[in-house]
Amino acid sequence: MKLVKNAAGRYVPVEINGLKSEPFRGVGAYKPKGKKAAPKISSCMDYPEDGNKIVPDLKTALIKAGIRDGITISTHHHFRNGDFIANRIFDIAAELGIKNLRWFPSAAFECHAPNIRHLDSGVIHHIEGSLNGSLGEYCSQGRMRGLGVLRSHGGRYQAIQDGEVHIDIAVIAAPTADPFGNANGVNGPSACGGLGFALADSQYADKVIVVTDNLVPFPCVPWQIQGNYVDYVVVMDKIGDPSKIVSGTTEITRSPDRLYIAELVAKFIKTAGIMRNGFSFQAGAGGTALAFAVELAKLMRKENIKARFVRGGSTKFLVEMLKEGLTDYILDGQTFDLEGVKSMRDNPNHVHTSPFTSYNYHGKGNFASMVDVVVLGATEVDLSFNANVVTHSDGRLLHGIGGWQNCLFSKCVILALPSFRDRIPVIVDEVTTLVGPGELIDVVITERGIAINPIREDLIDAVKNSDLPLKSIEELHREVIRICGKPQKPLLGDKIVAAVKWVDGTVLDSVKQVLKAQWGIKLPGAE
Amino acid sequence: MNTIAEAGRKGSDVRSDCYICIELRKSGGIKIELVSRVDVLYGKSIKNIIKKGCEYFGIENAIIKVEDSGALQFVIMARLETAVKRLGKTTRKEFLPEMLECAKYPTKRDRFRRSRLYLPGNEPKYMLNAGIHKPDGIILDLEDSVNPTEKDAARILVRNALRQVDFYGCERMVRINQIPAGLEDLDYVIPHNVHVILIPKCEKAEDVLLVNERIIKILKGKKKTVYLMPIIESALGVINAYEIASSAENVVALTIGLEDYTADIGTQRTIEGKESFFARSMIVNAAKAAGIQAIDTVFSDVTDMEGLRNSVIEAKSLGFEGKGCIHPRQISVIHEAFAPDDAEIQKAIKIVKAYKEAETKGLSVVAVGNKMIDPPVVKRAMKTIEHALSIGRLQENWMEN
Repeated sequence: MKLVKNAAGRYVPVEINGLKSEPFRGVGAYKPKGKKAAPKISSCMDYPEDGNKIVPDLKTALIKAGIRDGITISTHHHFRNGDFIANRIFDIAAELGIKNLRWFPSAAFECHAPNIRHLDSGVIHHIEGSLNGSLGEYCSQGRMRGLGVLRSHGGRYQAIQDGEVHIDIAVIAAPTADPFGNANGVNGPSACGGLGFALADSQYADKVIVVTDNLVPFPCVPWQIQGNYVDYVVVMDKIGDPSKIVSGTTEITRSPDRLYIAELVAKFIKTAGIMRNGFSFQAGAGGTALAFAVELAKLMRKENIKARFVRGGSTKFLVEMLKEGLTDYILDGQTFDLEGVKSMRDNPNHVHTSPFTSYNYHGKGNFASMVDVVVLGATEVDLSFNANVVTHSDGRLLHGIGGWQNCLFSKCVILALPSFRDRIPVIVDEVTTLVGPGELIDVVITERGIAINPIREDLIDAVKNSDLPLKSIEELHREVIRICGKPQKPLLGDKIVAAVKWVDGTVLDSVKQVLKAQWGIKLPGAE
Repeated sequence: MNTIAEAGRKGSDVRSDCYICIELRKSGGIKIELVSRVDVLYGKSIKNIIKKGCEYFGIENAIIKVEDSGALQFVIMARLETAVKRLGKTTRKEFLPEMLECAKYPTKRDRFRRSRLYLPGNEPKYMLNAGIHKPDGIILDLEDSVNPTEKDAARILVRNALRQVDFYGCERMVRINQIPAGLEDLDYVIPHNVHVILIPKCEKAEDVLLVNERIIKILKGKKKTVYLMPIIESALGVINAYEIASSAENVVALTIGLEDYTADIGTQRTIEGKESFFARSMIVNAAKAAGIQAIDTVFSDVTDMEGLRNSVIEAKSLGFEGKGCIHPRQISVIHEAFAPDDAEIQKAIKIVKAYKEAETKGLSVVAVGNKMIDPPVVKRAMKTIEHALSIGRLQENWMEN
């Protein structure tokens, strides 16, 4: 595989799964030319006038949609670890003797591990989407036929729009739908909130199948997915496990160290003057991020400050802020608990968003850059503030990019993380995999102090006379190494197993194979 | 002598610890079987330190099984040493990690002791980050939180922690076991910059004197003060409180343990606390009479922050200056509740300003308005200022305003 050194100094392939790819040129350095892709023209003549697109089962739908060797099938991840559909699709494909499919999920979870047998047998050629858990391990071991491609949520959306990824069949699991294909995620026994991750799939795929376990007569409102894009509707008994779709137990961390980090983050945002009337913030659903939102809410209450909008990943904590009037709006990309689902359904100020509005880098702007402050995690951050979210320090694929890269365009990007985890340094000299360029990462907040990126002189000025525990990133690093000891370099193979895309579609880094001696989770057929 | 011995903990719920099993052999050299979560990054380093330890203790042929859950090096060293000593090899040798600069800071006799955080002495995972929560003191406990079968392991682990862990300026305390058993604990911790020894179930001045005797013996004429905080936990201790408080120059604080005390007088702890009012007041008065700090018992319900706050306010009103805690989240609640209120701070500012003014003018008498101020009042006001500064209620430049 031919590799070239990109603008970040990383060696990346110039061709990915047979398609020419553009190496990263620097933040804000690459502008693609040309026109967006467009779906084929359809005609009402081909669809039933009564609007009834129901077919007997998923297999029939896939056959009618023209499932065949070598095509691309997409799914969404709004059901998270409770999804039943993606596995079913590839079981059917195997039954039909189909080979070499490209699976293009908006993310995959541990519940999708059974698809390893379809990867082994060649039903699935490769996955382009987040690779974590067992699937991450499988890819890390170098056993996937094609190259894994890791894209941000925004990057995935525009890869579809730009024509980089053409979806042949999109299968959209929908908690509620009507026979015409209108669908939403806020109603029904498998309610998950929004369906934004499937929006581009519905608009651009050749064939669109909606699968639901809660069929309602036309019209299904709200229609987060419009039936006008949909070819077939399938009704099934159960499309997911609600207890794993929204856990209902999204709890704040009880770790005193994480709570302390969360307090520091909230205090930093206040001290730096970011917390003011009409501001906006984004926080994810990790334990520390939840705790941060709660701490910030306390400070906002105390100082009588109100946000204009909050970006979620919504949880009951953000919902409470909305109800209490601490924010005018929640702009929600995915909903993490039942309170979030209920709020999105019932409260017009809890707004459903998609990666297009929030994150798409090839749009005419997006929301991410308008957010005043975002609080994110990472597996590693280095002395140049570069950060990694996709691999563990031993090089193993661990996590998808999600909206993480897109969020780096916020006015203030804070990474809130422990300085080490189980002896493994999080503050490192150089990240194993580059996912976020350091120039976009402003503040690193750990239990051992706060390091501000030297290029953010304004932030340094804003907090210089405070009692915040400010340190340089080098000081933090020295301290961590003193505690943990200097780690040895992990031994990695030469084979490239995955490519990390930047938000503009260029290739930021590549992920190498983990050697057999270091294989982690035991996978079927691994011996 | 045994041919097989083990130390440390393993299992999926274990963190930052390390299980080591040594099986002595007649030949074959040292064979290390390592399973570690951090193998890829620290496998070599773990094997190296095990080999070094074997060399140090003169073990030439053994199979050493290591199951590591991300233990730091000083923990691995402690577990290895414990296993070696459990082989029954009578060795006085100590496999010491380096004494780090960050472990060398001193303490002061009259520093704040508002909060003291108890950490189980045989549990490495809590030690590493305890200092970041900034309690006034951190207690590495060898007594009640350590299983009787693990006392030997805890001593070695605590000793290594004293040499390697940065407690970020917190006072470094160790609670030893009850005298006389606790005297042996001192051998392990005194040489490693421990600031305060807590003497549990202290009943008479003699307990304190025995501790001091042993400390002097260990320090071998080295000039170093180790402070003591006796814990009164019985009726006899309460009756002897003043004798204990004034028994030695290095006793800096007196505290009380109510669980054992209430059992001793044949009653139970209540929220209201009538049953311990006498004992607590005795502690306060004995301590004040001896010119040392009076420190209240531990508040052990970690979920009840409001209860903790009320308990501290009540303790403060009785004359206590500190409270024990077992969870980092309790610390800020304790500090806030002990903090002087605005009126106290403003009064203290006036007094200290007047004092400074008198000092610069060379006056021997300090007055605020037409009221004379005695030196103890000035001292107390300075303490209030220091307190207000430490919790951010007063800015460093308060004199200029």
